[in-house]
Amino acid sequence: MAKANEIKYLTAIKTEKRQKKYCRFKKMGIKYIDYKDGEFLKKFLNEQGKLLPRRITGNSLKFQRKVSDAVKKARQMAILPYVTDLLK
Amino acid sequence: MNNYELMVIFTPVLSEEDFKAAQKKYATLVKENGGEVLNENPWGLKSLAYPIAKKTTGLYLVMEYTAPSTFNEKLKIQLLRDESVLRHMFTALDKYAVEYNARKRSGVHAGTEKTVGV
Repeated sequence: MAKANEIKYLTAIKTEKRQKKYCRFKKMGIKYIDYKDGEFLKKFLNEQGKLLPRRITGNSLKFQRKVSDAVKKARQMAILPYVTDLLK
Repeated sequence: MNNYELMVIFTPVLSEEDFKAAQKKYATLVKENGGEVLNENPWGLKSLAYPIAKKTTGLYLVMEYTAPSTFNEKLKIQLLRDESVLRHMFTALDKYAVEYNARKRSGVHAGTEKTVGV
């Protein structure tokens, strides 16, 4: 019987390496998220104006909370809509 | 003394002079109560993301100031009594926010601009 390290394949196995997600705020050293900058906050919203999950944005929990606070403030002040279609 | 930021949306029917007068009124109110206005930034007419009181545009005013912690309650009463105010919001600023605003005012990149899309 062949041992595991002796098995050879005719074609190389597909090893897809996805780029690791990272928190852009940590990487860029951004400490404060401005609620007045609607265009920046739109990066964290989907087309209906809903917040994207951390799973997709890769934000750390600390900054995801800050993003969500900023988005909620922006919505109150009519900088971002509460509900919409085709935001982008 | 704490750092605060006030954002007010006035009705778009306000004339230029009335808007200026309103700005001045709130700035003097801050000074009278022992505060200091650090920055006043009238954005002017801007379309709202959704209608407020059947209006689709509003006059925005952003003001950064330092004041004692009891002052915001007094200012709130004035804002609620003012009929030209559609909406207002106070934000307590932490040290990073103060730093960010100071940098933005001096025209240097504030950090959020250089990030790329998702």
